[in-house]
Amino acid sequence: MKITMKWSALALALVLPMSAHAHKAWLLPSETVLSAKDPWITVDAAVSNDIFYFNHVPLRLDSLVITAPDGTPATPENSATGKYRSTFDLHLTQQGTYRIATVNAGLFANWEEDGKPKRWRGNAETFAKEVPKGAKDLKVTQSNGRIETFVTAGKPSDGALKPTGQGIELVPVTHPNDLFAGEAATFKLVLDGKPAAGLEIEIVPDGIRYRDRQNEIKATTGADGSFSVTWPNAGRYWLETSFQDDKATTPPATQRRASYVVTLEVLPQ
Amino acid sequence: MSRRLLALLAVLASAPAFAAGLDVTVEIPRIDASEYHRPYVAIWIEKPDQSVAANLSVWYMQKDTSEGKGTKWLADLRQWWRRSGRDQTFPIDGVTGATRPVGQHQLSFDAAKAPLSTLPPGKYGLVVEAAREVGGRELIRIPFDWPAAQKQNLQAKGEHELGVVKLDLNP
Repeated sequence: MKITMKWSALALALVLPMSAHAHKAWLLPSETVLSAKDPWITVDAAVSNDIFYFNHVPLRLDSLVITAPDGTPATPENSATGKYRSTFDLHLTQQGTYRIATVNAGLFANWEEDGKPKRWRGNAETFAKEVPKGAKDLKVTQSNGRIETFVTAGKPSDGALKPTGQGIELVPVTHPNDLFAGEAATFKLVLDGKPAAGLEIEIVPDGIRYRDRQNEIKATTGADGSFSVTWPNAGRYWLETSFQDDKATTPPATQRRASYVVTLEVLPQ
Repeated sequence: MSRRLLALLAVLASAPAFAAGLDVTVEIPRIDASEYHRPYVAIWIEKPDQSVAANLSVWYMQKDTSEGKGTKWLADLRQWWRRSGRDQTFPIDGVTGATRPVGQHQLSFDAAKAPLSTLPPGKYGLVVEAAREVGGRELIRIPFDWPAAQKQNLQAKGEHELGVVKLDLNP
């Protein structure tokens, strides 16, 4: 079972950045703007073809990282994984903005052994032990994938939104829980903490089942990593971008790959 | 003596009409719904950039129920929550109060007292936003200049969650 889960996670991690159009991973919170004193939310986590319907596989919660407004980690409750989705509850005991993310980081290796392709996933320490020295046609890639969303109790805050410096991250210019139909929002994307220029972004609005087109919005980050989007309607939006090059920072990797997904909620005027 | 009394009565009778300030009348309409709850209502004065110049009144459920505290649904007053509510702690002294029944509700604000006494001259909007549990939401804006050069009776009419909203300006 453990191995199966590992391999499904690997398959997902491999597939996601390469062909984002095939499967979309997401975290979907029940609410993003809350006014109660110590409210609860519930979050669905899934990988699907369509935004936001449960029709493929659940998103595993093994790498869930929740950051409270004061920057400390928060713990999900009532976690469960079903056929099509995972779900968990979160008690918002602090006022401010929570960052809810699954973060998958590590190394991937491909090589050939006895004429057969071999695949491996791990980290820099396990690499030395598990990947044979002098493997034929060895290709090592460092990968960082982040799938996240934001939820605010009371006044929006920035404490949980400080970049970790790993992979692609969103730095708010417009706060991600202060989005309204017809208004422009500006965000900055960083890669390993530095402005990520030229990233192509795809934004898909909720409810694909009830229309004939994706109605995706495209954007590209500028030299400072920033981009703007004017929300055509209220609703939930899925935003995705990915990146790859041959400037790996974690030896022995030679390639690096990063992907980013965020679910945003836009409210009506 | 009687002439003096008459004069005094005349002054008393006309006093409310001449008190500088503004009156707001908000009509909560009768709605034919199988499950009716009194709406949450926020009434405020906004600046041209839509920031809040003054909160006049906010009505929400004061008691806790099995569904949670009354503040749980304040975010349904979406614009008000964004512009002011999320920056507040509840209750807000002199602003928040209980929800109100169907009918017309008049509020009077004296130009010599807070919050009008500190309102700089300029262009403003009176905003009334109503949100009803298992119902809808509606927002009405009435633009006005402060202080009013002359007596003005402005009004707007809602379509579903609000009836007639009147703004009477008394210089």
